[in-house]
Amino acid sequence: MADTKPLLETENVSEVFGGLKAVSDFNIYINRGELIGLIGPNGAGKTTAFNLITGVYKPTTGEITFDGKSIVGLKPYEITQRGIARTFQNIRLFSELSVLDNVKIAYHCHVKYGLLETVFRMGRYFGEEKSIEDEALNLLKIFKLEEHAYEVAKNLPYGAQRRLEIARALAAKPKLLLLDEPAAGMNPQETQELMEMIRWIRKQFGLTVLLIEHDMALVMGICERIYVLEYGMIIADGTPSDIQNDPEVIRAYLGAEAIN
Amino acid sequence: MNSARKKDLVMLVFALVLYGVLQMMISTKVIGSFWELNIILICVNVIMSVSLNLINGYTGQFSLGHAGFMAIGAYVGVVATVKFGLPLIVALIMGAIAAGCLGFLIGLPTLRLRGDYLAIATLGLGEIIRIVIMNIDYVGGAAGFKGIPHLTNFTWVFFVMLVTLFFIKNFVNSSHGRACIAIRENEIAAEAMGVNTTKYKVMAFTLGAAFAGVAGGLFAHQFYLISPTSFTFLSSFNYLIMVVMGGMGSITGSIAGAFVVTFISAALASFPEVRMIIYALALILMMFYRPQGLFGYMELTNVGPIKKFLDKVSGSKEVI
Repeated sequence: MADTKPLLETENVSEVFGGLKAVSDFNIYINRGELIGLIGPNGAGKTTAFNLITGVYKPTTGEITFDGKSIVGLKPYEITQRGIARTFQNIRLFSELSVLDNVKIAYHCHVKYGLLETVFRMGRYFGEEKSIEDEALNLLKIFKLEEHAYEVAKNLPYGAQRRLEIARALAAKPKLLLLDEPAAGMNPQETQELMEMIRWIRKQFGLTVLLIEHDMALVMGICERIYVLEYGMIIADGTPSDIQNDPEVIRAYLGAEAIN
Repeated sequence: MNSARKKDLVMLVFALVLYGVLQMMISTKVIGSFWELNIILICVNVIMSVSLNLINGYTGQFSLGHAGFMAIGAYVGVVATVKFGLPLIVALIMGAIAAGCLGFLIGLPTLRLRGDYLAIATLGLGEIIRIVIMNIDYVGGAAGFKGIPHLTNFTWVFFVMLVTLFFIKNFVNSSHGRACIAIRENEIAAEAMGVNTTKYKVMAFTLGAAFAGVAGGLFAHQFYLISPTSFTFLSSFNYLIMVVMGGMGSITGSIAGAFVVTFISAALASFPEVRMIIYALALILMMFYRPQGLFGYMELTNVGPIKKFLDKVSGSKEVI
């Protein structure tokens, strides 16, 4: 039964930069349909973990399995084609392009028409372009961006740029969505809306989500399980209430004095 | 018929009208032989600048070796027509294939470099191509290749230019083109969105080189003699100036850039002492007041009244 196996599993993954162990013995598993949080103090290695999963870095040691196959050593675009899409902590939109084009680009790996069909505009070209456009507009509607569709992405307000990043990641039709601090820089109202949206898209698109976040209200509010990372190591994992009462986690965040 | 095809057709009709008018003026000698030559050069330069724009403007890979690929196309073309007596069209295709293959081979290793490093590497490769040609006696060496039949005329360059524009316009407005643009905008994000960045950089480089080869073939058959000195890095810079002046990432811009640059140097041909000064001043003023180039990312087909007209004719607001 493939379905009972975790969608993503990492085994003893380590990443060493020179003398620094950014991530060591990183072991997590994510089942299909789960919404998992990855938290930890600044510099704990959360984004490094993301970069390892998405192929930006190659693990020094260890194994990462996605959907039953190893993805270690694959290029980031190959991993995206396998079904992992991500957003970035520091927004990386295609800033000079329109909002719509930003989303359209992410459909790239699902386009089937070839170079000749492109140049002579024959065969599947028009049909596929049409469906890409429709699907992209539909995604923008979900993220309340449709009235900005033809604006240049860099002119959007900050919160909207964050939403656009998620929309763009979804356009790649992933099975696993990695969100790197999706609520960073958002006000409480926007964060609340974002929480609702993440819940909704997960149900709607049948996604599995792994998110990094510093906003504890958001993490505790929507995550089913949480991993806590400190100095590159997982120090705790469990349900939000387990994590809230875990002495190790309290020590990592507040210092040892807080426990005594 | 769908709206994008209708818009293409409208543009084609415009192009044919322009062709008809110019051809008539050339055959009735309203346009003299000097300006006829310059019109042909404009068309060749349009092919050069649009193909360079695909690499520099759309894909964002700073290449300075475009004249080298033009040289390959020119020499392969003249060898095909002079030594083997093949027709011009075959010579052009052979030149394109040769330049494209070389672009592919050169692109694979060099496109791993970024920014200035890539610029210097391509600059060097353009020079290597030129110097290698200079040392091949079979094609005349440094003295140049003599006795080239005058096969190029306005009709040839105009229609080859149209095919080039059509090809590159359709390419950049597809998922392949969007992949290239995504690389320019943000390479890390492009890769995270599933774009095989190496593949598309090499693809843009190869296509650009192939069209430079076609332009070289047309260029060579315009003159009795070609020599390696026609393809120095200074001409690579010249094409780059056309692209930057017109707007990196705009096909209309490249056409305008090629037109303006060629026209200025032709118009100032009788004032050789001030020519370079005026040329340089024009560029400096341009960079002061319009650093994004004449068109920036805009296409003429998306500008106010022209867009309205095209939308009305085709009955759709779709971008072509």
